[in-house]
Amino acid sequence: MIDIGLGHYLTLGAVIFSIGIIGIFLNRKNIIVILMSIELILLAVNINLVSFSIYLGDLSGQVFTLFILTVAAAEAAIGLAIIVVYFRNSGTIRVEEIDKLKG
Amino acid sequence: MIAHAIFFYVFSVIAVVSAIMVTVSKNTVHSVFFLILDFISISCLFIMIGAEFLGMIMLIVYVGAVAVLFLFVVMMLNVAQQKNQWFVSKDSSKHIPIGLLISVIIFFELIIVIGGWKYKPDLFNSTKSSLENGVSNTHSLGQVLYTDYIHVFQISGMILLIAMIGAIVLTFRQREGVKKQSYLKQISRERTEGVEVLEVASNKGVKIDD
Repeated sequence: MIDIGLGHYLTLGAVIFSIGIIGIFLNRKNIIVILMSIELILLAVNINLVSFSIYLGDLSGQVFTLFILTVAAAEAAIGLAIIVVYFRNSGTIRVEEIDKLKG
Repeated sequence: MIAHAIFFYVFSVIAVVSAIMVTVSKNTVHSVFFLILDFISISCLFIMIGAEFLGMIMLIVYVGAVAVLFLFVVMMLNVAQQKNQWFVSKDSSKHIPIGLLISVIIFFELIIVIGGWKYKPDLFNSTKSSLENGVSNTHSLGQVLYTDYIHVFQISGMILLIAMIGAIVLTFRQREGVKKQSYLKQISRERTEGVEVLEVASNKGVKIDD
């Protein structure tokens, strides 16, 4: 309990990852919260990479965490732009009402 | 060691609770604030474990840019008032047990993997770019980032550029009825359509712009 090791950090990452997946399924409100859940999942991946990098003494994990940060920022920007355009066109971003492709 | 444990438990409890609050909070603005809290506590964990550069970058990128972007979009679209209505409509309540089941299964798979990791201590000898003593985290990260990973670094820069162009192109809107200068129109004027030579009869004048 007192001796914090790699397993504690990996467990924290697993918990946050699962909360992110629950958030994607549970959410009925608007699609922005789904994007936030995806950010949580990426954060859990970052925790895993950084803790492995520190405990194994290999710097590559931190370098890849940096690239994941880059891609996550780009993804958030593009996703929010798509949401803004969708809201402008159809006036809603509630998850249940986005069903135009259903036909 | 005890301080490490105390700080780890404090920050990880804050992170997990705020992650739960991101998903269950009724107000979207509150969700964004809990997301910010989550990122702050995780970056404190990173700084504590020894990855100072990534912790600081996470504060700058996520709290400074991405979370503010989320907040901006939430306030611009005015969706904060849309109340959360789970378990109300029939369709949504069908997804929830399946989602809970899937995420619990994934969680236990991850826990099994972590448990298996403990029994493979011989995997601990890896490493090309190792952590040296006496060199700060930022310094050593810079030493590998600009040498071994230079191509990946440049590709990530291209990704950011493409994301910027894509966001601008997606949200750009040509408005009607706005007067502005058009250089193409200005430089493609001909003399024949700009100037007209008229014979002006005396005492009569000419009528222009009718």
